[in-house]
Amino acid sequence: MSHWIILPIVLPALLAPFILMVIRHHLDLQRIFSVAGTVALLGIATGLLAHAATGDITVYELGDWPAPFGIVLVLDRLSGLMVFLTAVLALAVLLYAIWTGWDDRGRHFHALFQFQLMGVLGAFLTGDAFNLFVFFEVLLIASYGLMIHSGGAHRLHAGVQYVAYNLIGSTLFLFALGTIYAVTGTLNMADLAVKVAEMPAEDTALIRVAAVLLLLVFSVKAAVLPLHFWLPGSYGNAPGPVAALFAIMTKVGVYSVLRMYTLVFGPQVEATQGLASNWLIYAALLTVAAGTIGVLGSRRMMRMAAFGTIGSTGTLMVAVSLFTQDTAAAAIYYMIHSTFAAGLMFLVADLVVERQGDSIRPYQPMPHGGTISVLFFAAAIAVAGMPPLSGFVGKLLVLDAARDSAQAVLVWSVILITSFCAILGFARAGSLVFWKSHDDNEPDSEEIADAEVPPDPRAVKLPVAPPRLPFVPAFALLGVLVLLTVFAGPVMTYTGKTAEQLYNPQTYIDTVLKGTGS
Amino acid sequence: MEILVATAVGLLTSAGIYLILRQRTFPVILGISLISYAVNIFLFASGRLVVGLPPILRDEAVAYTDPLPQALALTAIVISFGMTALIVMIALSAYLSDNDDRIDMDDVSDLQDNDA
Repeated sequence: MSHWIILPIVLPALLAPFILMVIRHHLDLQRIFSVAGTVALLGIATGLLAHAATGDITVYELGDWPAPFGIVLVLDRLSGLMVFLTAVLALAVLLYAIWTGWDDRGRHFHALFQFQLMGVLGAFLTGDAFNLFVFFEVLLIASYGLMIHSGGAHRLHAGVQYVAYNLIGSTLFLFALGTIYAVTGTLNMADLAVKVAEMPAEDTALIRVAAVLLLLVFSVKAAVLPLHFWLPGSYGNAPGPVAALFAIMTKVGVYSVLRMYTLVFGPQVEATQGLASNWLIYAALLTVAAGTIGVLGSRRMMRMAAFGTIGSTGTLMVAVSLFTQDTAAAAIYYMIHSTFAAGLMFLVADLVVERQGDSIRPYQPMPHGGTISVLFFAAAIAVAGMPPLSGFVGKLLVLDAARDSAQAVLVWSVILITSFCAILGFARAGSLVFWKSHDDNEPDSEEIADAEVPPDPRAVKLPVAPPRLPFVPAFALLGVLVLLTVFAGPVMTYTGKTAEQLYNPQTYIDTVLKGTGS
Repeated sequence: MEILVATAVGLLTSAGIYLILRQRTFPVILGISLISYAVNIFLFASGRLVVGLPPILRDEAVAYTDPLPQALALTAIVISFGMTALIVMIALSAYLSDNDDRIDMDDVSDLQDNDA
């Protein structure tokens, strides 16, 4: 087990420059290596997940420096699960990008994709706060490139916004880390947990400031309400498969909140008692509402999927921000669901955009309309949280776990009402795009095909029949959601144990600080 | 010296925030760089400010200056430098492709102004 933990970071880190420098001009080779790398990554991730499932916490000391001095990577149940999630989503998205030819519409897609994976996986595995910042930057800088992949004025403008917003977020992150270091003299998460817990209650002003700054940074990433403005613009204008991969990026924010606010600023820590739990829940509830209203009001497919992501990440944040072990277990289950559901939604939106452009309005019937409408129906059910897919199970678990909390009534009403509105929004979009086009065109389809509908200039001009292969990864993601529903029991057992591990951080701290060696 | 450093951080940050709130890309980028300068100084100061002391604890040394914040600041400088270069490039290509360097964009124009 010794060196396996670092492989998810090293493999993409080596593969990306190789693709960039050696096989830059050979798209086929790039595809082969990128897919092979991601498949290998999935294998490694499966191994790590299996190891983490035993309940062991594995520590990897970089350069063999003992824990508070060197940087450590830590594999526990949560990070193992997140690495596995990322690998599965990445493989589906990569195959989709290849089969639709998205990777051919700009340069360096595969290299950037691998760098992105490196950043995300590193952020999940690291046990050091400053290293978390560095991996955030790695994933961001790759995502900037992916976001403006294949160019276009609108995408570039959205890219500038996205980069600017995230640069400000990174600066806040640095301010938070500087403050934490000034107060505690360490940035290792386990060591921080010890130091913060020991702080006398009357001397905690600075660490409280730092904790809130850190929460703000993670909220930017997770698109929690007052800080969500960047998401619709950037995800809505990003290439479809890239947006689907970005579904994991909001989860990086949620993961970081979950990690820092159970381990370092946990509910048992006196210094930061009640800092996040007092108001984060309201922000999260507003996020759900804003996301759903956005779904109702969107006039473009990609934007609607982006607002759906905000809504489902908001629901996830609601569960996280109740800060109990039960809600954390429900949150982790919902996190798995939300990642794949959002990814699927973006892929379906892209399938529609490829065929008839981005606006939600009736066109003439599109090729493969039937299959796509089935996928859209399933994705909408998943994102809105309707039975029979895992969104329903997830929301049910969240509601059930929230039953004992003080805000139970509020949580229940907001989540139930927004679910209803989300159904309305998706139903409206689905009927306009898939049904209305048949209504309008049946009598005089030729006329409309001639003149009435101006072609959307952003729709890519395709050869006669769009490829069918992209349906495979889309259906695969749907399959994952079905599996998640069928095996909800075993998955819940795992997430329950994960939450237990998170809320009893002493083992984590001991394992990291005592240094079991590499 | 604390006052000098604190004022510098404060001034840089406030100027940066003012510039970030502007509507054009160029002032926003300037603002982001100002804030990143501020945060570099702030990081540097987070290990306490001392003058003329060695950065490594030695047997004969009476005191030392913390070397870690300097390493952190160095990392932050490198990252913010790269990021600034990147955003300048993206902003430049956005400007050249559209002849417009506003940082905001409204969704309605997304749909209609495309063929312009």
